[in-house]
Amino acid sequence: MKKYWKSIEETKPGYTPEPEEIYEKKEKGAILDLLEDKVTEAKASRRDFLKLCGYSFTLASLASSCERPIEKAIPYLIKPEVSTPGKASYYASSFYDGDDFSSIIVKVRDGRPIKIEGNKLCPIGGMGTTARVQASILGLYDQASFREPIVEGQSASWDMADAIVTEKLAEIASRKGRMILLTPTIISPSQTDAINRFLQRHQACEWIQYDSVSYSGILDANERVFSRRLVPFYRFDKAELILSFGADFLGTWLMPAEFSKQFAVNRTLTDGQKTLSRLVQFESRLSITGATSDQRVQIKPSQEKSILLNIYNGVAEKLGGPVLNALPPDMDVSGYVEALLESKGKALVLSCSNDPEVQVLVNGINYLLDSYSSTIDLDQPILLKQGDDRRFFELIAEMEAGSIEALLTYQVNPVHNHPLGERIAEAIGKVPFNISLSHVPDETSVLADYICPDHHYLESWGDAEPVKGVLCLCQPVIRPLGNTRQFSESLLLWAGMDQSAHVHLKDFWEKRFFNMQNELLFSDFWNKCLQSGVFEPPQASSGRLTMNSSALLAVSVLDVFVEESLELSVYEGIALGSGRQANNPWLQELPDPIAKISWDNFVSVSPEDASDLGIATADEVLLDGTLILPAYVQPGQARGVISVAMGYGRRTGGKVAEAVGGNVVPLLVLNEGIRIYQGATSVSKTGKTHPLALSQTHHSMEGRALVRETTMSEYREDPAAGNEMHKKIQKHLVTLYEEVAFDGIHWGMAIDLNKCTGCSSCVIACQAENNIPVIGKQEVMNRRIMHWIRLDRYFSGDPSNPKVHFQPVMCQHCDNAPCENVCPVAATNHSNEGINQMAYIRCIGTKYCINNCPYKVRRFNWFAYVNNQEFDYHMNNDLGKMVLNPDVTVRERGVVEKCSFCIQRIQEAKLKAKLEDRTLDDGEVLPACAEACPSGAIVFGNLNDSESEVARRYKDPRNYFLLEELHTLPTVGYLTRVRNEKV
Amino acid sequence: MEYYNVQARGVLVEGEKSYSQVTADIAGPAERKPAKWWYAAMTVATLMLGFGLWAIYTTITVGMGTWGLNNSVGWGWDIINFVWWIGIGHAGTAFTIFVIVFRAKWAASINRAAEAMTVFAVMCASLFPALHLGRIWLIFFIFPYPNTRGPLWVNYNSPLLWDVFAITTYLLLSITLWYFGMIPDLAGMRDRAKSKLKKAVYGFFSMGWVGSVKNWLRYEALTKVLGGLAAPLVVSVHSIVALDFAVSIIPGWHTTILPPYFFVGAIFSGFAMVLTIMILIRKAFKLQEFVTQSHLNSMAKVLLFGSMVLGLAYATELFVAWYSGSEYEIFTFFKSRATGTYSTAFWIMVVCNAIIPQLFWFRKIRSNLKMLFIISVIINIGMWYERFVILISSLTQDYLPSSWSSYSPTIVDIGIYVGTFGIFFSGMLMFIRYIPIIAISEVKAFTRIRKSNTSKQ
Repeated sequence: MKKYWKSIEETKPGYTPEPEEIYEKKEKGAILDLLEDKVTEAKASRRDFLKLCGYSFTLASLASSCERPIEKAIPYLIKPEVSTPGKASYYASSFYDGDDFSSIIVKVRDGRPIKIEGNKLCPIGGMGTTARVQASILGLYDQASFREPIVEGQSASWDMADAIVTEKLAEIASRKGRMILLTPTIISPSQTDAINRFLQRHQACEWIQYDSVSYSGILDANERVFSRRLVPFYRFDKAELILSFGADFLGTWLMPAEFSKQFAVNRTLTDGQKTLSRLVQFESRLSITGATSDQRVQIKPSQEKSILLNIYNGVAEKLGGPVLNALPPDMDVSGYVEALLESKGKALVLSCSNDPEVQVLVNGINYLLDSYSSTIDLDQPILLKQGDDRRFFELIAEMEAGSIEALLTYQVNPVHNHPLGERIAEAIGKVPFNISLSHVPDETSVLADYICPDHHYLESWGDAEPVKGVLCLCQPVIRPLGNTRQFSESLLLWAGMDQSAHVHLKDFWEKRFFNMQNELLFSDFWNKCLQSGVFEPPQASSGRLTMNSSALLAVSVLDVFVEESLELSVYEGIALGSGRQANNPWLQELPDPIAKISWDNFVSVSPEDASDLGIATADEVLLDGTLILPAYVQPGQARGVISVAMGYGRRTGGKVAEAVGGNVVPLLVLNEGIRIYQGATSVSKTGKTHPLALSQTHHSMEGRALVRETTMSEYREDPAAGNEMHKKIQKHLVTLYEEVAFDGIHWGMAIDLNKCTGCSSCVIACQAENNIPVIGKQEVMNRRIMHWIRLDRYFSGDPSNPKVHFQPVMCQHCDNAPCENVCPVAATNHSNEGINQMAYIRCIGTKYCINNCPYKVRRFNWFAYVNNQEFDYHMNNDLGKMVLNPDVTVRERGVVEKCSFCIQRIQEAKLKAKLEDRTLDDGEVLPACAEACPSGAIVFGNLNDSESEVARRYKDPRNYFLLEELHTLPTVGYLTRVRNEKV
Repeated sequence: MEYYNVQARGVLVEGEKSYSQVTADIAGPAERKPAKWWYAAMTVATLMLGFGLWAIYTTITVGMGTWGLNNSVGWGWDIINFVWWIGIGHAGTAFTIFVIVFRAKWAASINRAAEAMTVFAVMCASLFPALHLGRIWLIFFIFPYPNTRGPLWVNYNSPLLWDVFAITTYLLLSITLWYFGMIPDLAGMRDRAKSKLKKAVYGFFSMGWVGSVKNWLRYEALTKVLGGLAAPLVVSVHSIVALDFAVSIIPGWHTTILPPYFFVGAIFSGFAMVLTIMILIRKAFKLQEFVTQSHLNSMAKVLLFGSMVLGLAYATELFVAWYSGSEYEIFTFFKSRATGTYSTAFWIMVVCNAIIPQLFWFRKIRSNLKMLFIISVIINIGMWYERFVILISSLTQDYLPSSWSSYSPTIVDIGIYVGTFGIFFSGMLMFIRYIPIIAISEVKAFTRIRKSNTSKQ
C-alpha cells in the first residue's frame, strides 16, 4: 500500500503520529459551534449536524404549529351503526313551544341537528312549516339558554337542587300550603300524566294553564253555546266563502301552517279547477291574510261586534234563528248576508276577538249556516289553546295576598305577555318558594330562586296531541347540550318516581295508546310511531250538535264606541309572535311581510291619521303616555286605529332579544280577567325620530308588469288574462346566437302567486339551509340584508285601502344571465343543468354582477360576518356555529353570494339516484324554500321532463317570467294572481 | 418683422427670448429652492394623502361595508371617481397627439404638464378598480396568466377585463411618453445642475443624452412611434370604460352612445383640468410668456366644442330613451334623472357641462383669466356629477322597485377620494419641483428670437 504523508515530519523515521483528537460525544457545547462563527474549528460531526437539523425542524414545526388554533376532531373509535360522517339522518319529532305546533323532520348531520322540515306524514301542517318553526333550530344553540340548575343565583348540581326542592315541597305540603304549577297549554298526554302524578303527590298543588296569547273568547263562547270549552278545528279547504274578522289565520292565528295548506286547496287553478274560494277579511291592521284576501274591509275593532250582530240578524231572519236587538250597522252588511246564505254549508265565519260575546255571534252565524257539519269540526278540536285567563287573573290576587307558598313555572312568561306584568312580577316576589323549569331565561323565570331547566325540545322525549286524535311523538335528536333535565322527568322525580322521560313516555304509550290499534306488537308499534312521528287512532263522532240559544240572547247590544280617542289593536307579528323566540336573530331580522321592517316593532298609523296627527314614518310616538315606539305610516291601516305587534321589548332573554322594540301588552286592559287585544289609546309625538330598518322602501310597481294579476271572472273568460303580454314578448324574443340546449336536466322553479301568502317561511328556511348570516339593524338599514330569497311586497290602488301583492324573488337562474358575462374572473357561470352557479373561491368581489342583475338578488359580504365581534350573532360563537350546514360554504368577506337552487340538495339527490341506478323522480329534490312553503306555492323540478309539476305549470297560460322582456330567460316562472273579486 | 405680424394664431412664446433665457426661465423653478407656498401646498397634499391612506387601510382591513354601497348599488363613489380621474387623465395624451401627430405647435408648451397630469390622474384612477374589489388580495386573478387552477382563465367577455387591459396599457404608455419626452430636458437639467447628487440623478434618468444628431433622430422617431401608439389609446381607454356601462343591461347604462360620449367627456374634463392647473402654474412660476393668452384661448375653444358635443349627447340620450319606448329607459331618463330623485344632480350636470361653457363664445370671457379658471373648475364639477348621475340614478332605481334604494358616501368613501387628490397634488408638486414644467426643447423650436440675437437673412 502506498503511503501518503501529510507533512514532511511524517516521512522522517521515528515519527509517531499524535493521537488523533477523539471527539467527545457528550460535549454539549460542540454542537453549538455550528451556530456560532466557528465553523472551521467546529468539533461537530456530520451526525451532530443532522441532529441539529432534526432539532431545528422539530422546533420550527412546533413553533409554527403553536400559532394555529387547535381544533378538535375526535374520530369514532367504533362507527355507530346509524351514523355515517357526511351523511344526514332524519328523525321525526314535534315542535311545540306553547304557541305554535308542527310535526317535524329534523335533519341531523354528524350528530348535529341543522334543519327542520315539516313532516309529510302528519295530517296537521304536512310538509309546510311556519318561519318560527324553521327558526327554532337556532334556539337549540342559543347561548342564553339555561345549561344547569341554578339555586339562588349559583349554579348547582341536580342532586342539590332536587334535595332542596323535595325538602321544600314536602315542608310546604306538610303545612298544607298552597302550591301552583303554572304552564302553558300542555298538549302532551305524557306530560299531562307526569303533571297528574305530581299533583297526586302534592295534593295542595293546583295546575293552571296560561297561554301567552289568550284564546279565551273562543273557549268561552263554545262553552256557552255548545257546552264544550274548546277551540274547534277549522276546515278552510271545505269553505267556499270565508268571512274572517281580524283572524290572521295564514300568518299567526292558531295553526297558520295547517290553515295555509287547507286554504291553498281552494286557491289552486293549475289542476284544472275553475273555482276559487272567496276570502273577505274585515280587519283594522293590514295582515297577510288581509293582503291575500279577495276583499278587504277596514273596520275598527269596536265595530266588529255590531257588524257581526247585524250579519247574524240577517242570517237568522232568513234561516230562522233568534233575532237579536241590534243597533243599525255602520256599513251595509246585506251583501255579505246574501253571500253567506248562498254558500250555506260551505261558509266559514271566524274572528280573532277575545270577547266571548263576539265569538258567540260567530258561533251563531256558523251554526245557522250549517258550518259545523262541514267547515268547522267540534269533534276534533284544536288543543293548542286551553289556558284559563280568569283563573290566572285570580291567581295574581292570591299571590299578592300571600296565600300561595310555592310557584312552579314552566315556559310561561306572564311578566312580559300579560297586561298586568309589573303587578305579576311583584306578586311573584311574594311567593316564598319559586321554581322555574323553563329552558330559557325570561322576565318570569329570572324571578325564580330555583331554576331547574328543561331540555330544549330537540333534546327531549315527548308527545303531542295538537288536534284531538292526532298523536305526534317527539324524540331527542342530540344529547343535551347542557346539564338540563326534562320537565316531566323533574316532576316525576319530585312526585317520587325516579323514571326517565323516555321510559315514562314509552310506558305511557303502551298503556294508553297501544291498544287503540291491534295490528302491531308494541315494539313495532312504538318504532313505527317514532319513525313516522304520528299516530292517528280512530275517532268516534260525538253526534248532533245543538245550540244553546240563550247564550245568543244574552249578547248585549253594545254601546257603540263613541270616544274620540284612537283605538289600539295588538297583534302577533309574523316573526316573533308572542316573543318567545325573541332571542333568535333570524326571526329578529326577518322583515315584517307587510311593513318590511325588521329589528323593531312599530306603531302602524293610517295615512289619514298620520297627516292629522302630523306623524311621519320613523317619528317616535308616545302611546298612553308610557310607551315610546317608532311610527310607521301603513297604507291599509284602518283610520282611527293604531296597531302594534306584541312580543317585543324583552328585558331579559338574551343579548339579541333585549332592547329591541317596546312591550305594548301593558297598554291592554282586561275584561273580567280576560286579555282583550284591543282598546283605546292616545298618541303623541315626542319630537324625536327612531330610524327603522326597512328592507324595502318603494312600494309601487310603477306600472310595471311585475306581479300580474287578474280577477276570477276575467280568468274564466281567458286563462291568460292579465298575462296577455307573455305571448307577445315570447314572440319578440329572438336572438342571433345559438340558444343553449340543456340535454339532461334543466332545473326550473314555478311560483304560484295565487298561493303565496307572504308568510316568510321560505326566507327563514333558506337562511337555515344556506348559512345566511345575520347582519343586525344598522346593516339592514344600510340595505344590505343577506337573505337569498326576499318577499317583494307592492301596493296598488287606493292608498287608504290598497291591494297588496307579494312576490318571492330569489335568483332567477337566467339561461341568458346578465351577471355571468360581466364577471371578469368567471366566478359566476352556468351549469349544463341550467343553474347559475357562484364559485365563491374564485370571486374577487368586483360587484359588477350585482349591478347587472336586473332582479337585484345578488348579495355581497360587506364585512366578515363570521367570527366578528361587530356581528355578535350565532356565527360569532362556537355553539351557534353548530347550526351551520356543512354542505354549504360559509362565505368570506368580499365575495358575492346568491340563491343556488339549493345545489347541495340537488347534488345529494343526484348521487343517491346514481347509486341506485335510476333517474330522479319529480319532486325528489326540493330547495329549502319549496319544502317549507305551507301552501305549496313553490314547485321545483326538471323542465325537460314534460310530466313534471314545474313543466306543467310552465305550460299554464298564467305562467310568466319576471322582466321577461329583457331576454334574460329566467327559469323561475310566476303564475298570475287571480283574485276572486265580486263583480 | 411684418412676417411675424401676420398671425394666424396668437403668440406662442412672448417676450422675444433668447434660447438661454428660455432654458433659464423654465428650468429655474426646478433649480431654485421652492417658495413657501410650495411647502404649504405639499403639507396639505400630504395630509390629504394621509387621510386617503387611513381610508384605504380601513377598507382593506375592515371591509367594503365601510363604504356607502348596498345590495342594489354595487358601485358608488369608487367608480364615479375612477371614471372622473380617467377622464381628467385624458388631456395629456390628447395633447401629445396634438403635438406629435397633428403637429399643433400651440400645444407644445402645455404638453409636459398635461402629460404629468395624465400620469398622476391615471394612477389615482387605477387605484379605484383595485380598491373596489371585495378581496383585493386576490387581484392577480384578474390577469390572464397560465396557472395551476385548471388552468382557469379570465372571462374575456367581461368589459371589466377589457378595462384592466385598457388602463394598464394606458398607464404604461402615458408614463413612457412622458418620460421619453423629458429626456432632452433632463439632460439639460443634468448639465445645469450644481450639486453632485442632482447631477447623478438627472444623469441617470437622462440616459446619457448628449444632444447629438443621432440622439435627436432616434428621439424624434421614438416620439412619433409612441405618439402614434397613443393616438388610438386616447379613444380606446374611455370608450372601454364606457363599455362597462354600455354592455350592461341596466337602464341608463345600456346605451350605445356611451363610448363616444365618454370619450368627448373625457377630453372635455381633461382640458378643463389642464386649464385649471396651467392657470395656477403660470401664475406661480411666472410662465405667462410661455403659456400665453393664446394658449388659454385655444383651450377654451376646445372646451366650447366639447361642451356642444356633450350637450348633443345629453339630448340624444333623452331622445333615444323616449324613442325606444322602453318604460324602464323612459323612467330612468325622464323620471329619475330629469324630473325625479336625481334631478338636482342631472341639472347640475347639464348646466355645468353644456350651458355654462357656452360663455366661451365670447372672446372677452375666453381672455378673462378669472372666468377661465372658474369655468374650468365648474366643468370638472359638472363632469363629476355626470358620472354620479349615470351610476347612481341607474343603480338605485332600476327594474324592480322593491330593490330601489338610496346611496350616500361614507367618510371612508370621501377619504379615498380626498386621498387621490393627495396623490395627484403631491405628484404634481413634485413634478413642478424637480422637472421642467414645459418641454424646453420643443418650445425653443418656435420661440421668436430677439433680433439682436440672430442675424438677419
